[in-house]
Amino acid sequence: MKITLGPVLFNWPAEKWRDFYFRIADEAEVDAVCLGEVVCAKRLPFFEPVLPEVAERLMAAGKEVIFSTLALVMNKAERKAVRAVAEMAGEALVEINDISALAHMDGAPFMAGPFINIYNEATLGFLARKGAARVCLPPELGEEAIAALTKAAGELGVETEVMAFGRMPLAVSARCYHARVHNLSKDGCQFVCEKDANGMDLKTLDDEPFLAVNGIQTMSHACLNLAGEARALAEMGVAALRLSPQDCDMVRVAGIFRALADGEIEPEAAGRALDDLALPFPFANGYFHGKPGAEWIGRLVDSAAARA
Amino acid sequence: MSLELVCPAGTPSSLREAVDAGAHAVYCGFRDETNARNFPGLNFSRKELEEAIAYAHERGAKVLVAINTFAQAGRMALWEQAVDDAASMGADALILADLGVADYAARKHPGQRLHLSVQASASSPEAIGFYVREFGVKRVVLPRVLTLPEIAALNAEIDCETEVFVFGGLCVMAEGRCLLSSYATGKSPNMNGVCSPPSHVAYSEREGGEMVSRLGEFTINTFAAGEKAGYPTLCKGRFEAGGRKLYVFEDPTSLNAVDMLGEFAKAGVTALKIEGRQRSKAYVRKVVSDFRRAVDALESGEAAHTSLASLSEGTQETEGVYRKTWR
Amino acid sequence: MALSLPERLPGFVGRLPAPPPGLLRPVFQQLIAGMLRRHPEMFERLGEYGRRRFLIDPVDLPVIFIMRPDAERPLLTPHRRGEAVVWEAAVRGPLPKLISMVNGEEDGDALFFSRDIVIEGDTEAVLALRNAIDDAGIDLVEETEALLGPFAGVLAALRKRAVPLLEAAARIAGAARAAAGRAHDKAGAHDGAGEDGGRGAEGAS
Repeated sequence: MKITLGPVLFNWPAEKWRDFYFRIADEAEVDAVCLGEVVCAKRLPFFEPVLPEVAERLMAAGKEVIFSTLALVMNKAERKAVRAVAEMAGEALVEINDISALAHMDGAPFMAGPFINIYNEATLGFLARKGAARVCLPPELGEEAIAALTKAAGELGVETEVMAFGRMPLAVSARCYHARVHNLSKDGCQFVCEKDANGMDLKTLDDEPFLAVNGIQTMSHACLNLAGEARALAEMGVAALRLSPQDCDMVRVAGIFRALADGEIEPEAAGRALDDLALPFPFANGYFHGKPGAEWIGRLVDSAAARA
Repeated sequence: MSLELVCPAGTPSSLREAVDAGAHAVYCGFRDETNARNFPGLNFSRKELEEAIAYAHERGAKVLVAINTFAQAGRMALWEQAVDDAASMGADALILADLGVADYAARKHPGQRLHLSVQASASSPEAIGFYVREFGVKRVVLPRVLTLPEIAALNAEIDCETEVFVFGGLCVMAEGRCLLSSYATGKSPNMNGVCSPPSHVAYSEREGGEMVSRLGEFTINTFAAGEKAGYPTLCKGRFEAGGRKLYVFEDPTSLNAVDMLGEFAKAGVTALKIEGRQRSKAYVRKVVSDFRRAVDALESGEAAHTSLASLSEGTQETEGVYRKTWR
Repeated sequence: MALSLPERLPGFVGRLPAPPPGLLRPVFQQLIAGMLRRHPEMFERLGEYGRRRFLIDPVDLPVIFIMRPDAERPLLTPHRRGEAVVWEAAVRGPLPKLISMVNGEEDGDALFFSRDIVIEGDTEAVLALRNAIDDAGIDLVEETEALLGPFAGVLAALRKRAVPLLEAAARIAGAARAAAGRAHDKAGAHDGAGEDGGRGAEGAS
């Protein structure tokens, strides 16, 4: 299985963003890296100047670079941003995250990101006819659906990718919740989302961590972790695991999943290694098991490992 | 050209109520996961839909059938059957969201009028144009993420009709792209047609008359004794973020854009949609008749006002979503 | 409707001694059996939710009800307030509000948002019940009149008067008590419950 690094979904300062990718280029054992702004077009001007050198460095290091597009497209600036990236289709692989971008593909091969609603074989077939070469499945799909779609994709010559690590993208809105919590308007947001490199924690009134706010995006509090399910995914024929960058040692995370995918370490050891990262949020894998996405199903994984 | 009033019907009697109250069109769905209001005790059997279409057509009203969830892998037949049945029963339009379902409907029933559901979240001329080109979509229900000027600009750039929400529950997330429910409960609008599914909702009372609403394992809100309540829809919950306790996503308000009908007409909008297939026929009767009066008044150049606040969530209303300040 | 409706029954109603539940039982059993006969589609719409036990709690009455709207074995039993009962889903509220919701005159969600109606337990089942009743177009007054048979004409004349909801509430209570009296008469152990009920109904309307 290949390892893909998803796009950074958070608002990291341009320098941090660049250095992150430089280190990924130099040290991380990933096959492909998604670059680009997916959440908020207002963040684009900050890292656009460094984007070319980051892309070059990644390509020079032998990584495939995929250019990601916005998930929510409404106004002129957003439409322009999508068009600018989409125009690279044919020369580089573009990841579409909204049908707005699909409209620009014009038969060129593309990747459908996790924000495109691919829930069934018919949708997969349609996108394949439009040029989809690879699809990253929506995070809420369970094991059965992933297996069925991967099988169908195989027959269509399309590769499937499954998100395996990182806070899960759960929703996007026209409204910016970072701004709202800070009593600011979206237009005058002062880029407050920059304060929270992993998103802003949101707790219930009973003080229980629940979600995370990332500008217009709402994410899970828990961090997806499908290390225990990676073997099952490989057996289904899933082509790649997607790791979504968090503000942590992503080179280490990539290394763990690489070793796991290559069969060099057991799922249990991978799990322990990920625990050792001591992330400020728990792990979850409920979606895969047909349960609430927030749940952590540990025992099933352990017993599967024990049987193996 | 007059605005078309599109009204909700969760049950056959609500549909008759809506038609009698002056709906130009009624939208409804089958009693299964193919529609996005798959709540217990709601929706139509095949026989009921057939009778409902006859009832509406005899009175000059249209019936639009919502098949607007995303077909589940391995279960495509259920969605295909819904499309086939609605088409053969003479539905005036099918309201679809899924690329696969739309592709099937367009190929299998080329003469059938198709509308693009709000669940498809098509919010740009490029996206809408794509659906028009690929599937011959005649109308798009606009996501509730667009402001009035954006709607006007959009209408100038696209080749199909638009329908906007004017009353009822308010999605603050881009529709069809929200997994909040499944994160907390395992069931989602996209796959199961349920947002904040009632099977996972629990209310309880604490000391001092405080009411707690929970969804799955999570507390969504607490209400002091006597405080107006809301359904525990995740995005209308009260949470703590950035050191503050607040309605992070949206206050428990409902949309009421009755005073904007003229502006919608000027912006080139074709149809006005009332949300609420999960509401009672008392709600349908009141809201539909009020809005029909408002539409008629607009046409004859009179002013009409309504007072529907008591039917709204948290009994508060807003038209803010269509104003930029809302963001 | 221009008439102002009472929010709840007058306080003294709740303090009235509850009629012996044993006497009322056959009446309410007849009521739900009649509803099943006249509105089979409601029970069909409820499906599996019909097998749940619902607590119907008119907070301003001295009685509560357990209902199982199951097409196979429908059940509706009155109980004294305070009596231990088993239920999976509960709907609580002042009787006039409950009746106007059942009769489709007020929106259940709106009553819930305003906290007039409180639900507990299996929310999904309550929603199913609410939706099924709403679609069936139940009129509680008609249902109880159907129970009364020959007395229905008198009630139809009364219907034209007074505040409709309170009237309906009182009539249901009165009808139930009158019927209970008749049932009791048949059993030959009259204790005056029927007469008291009758007076109560007149006073309230």
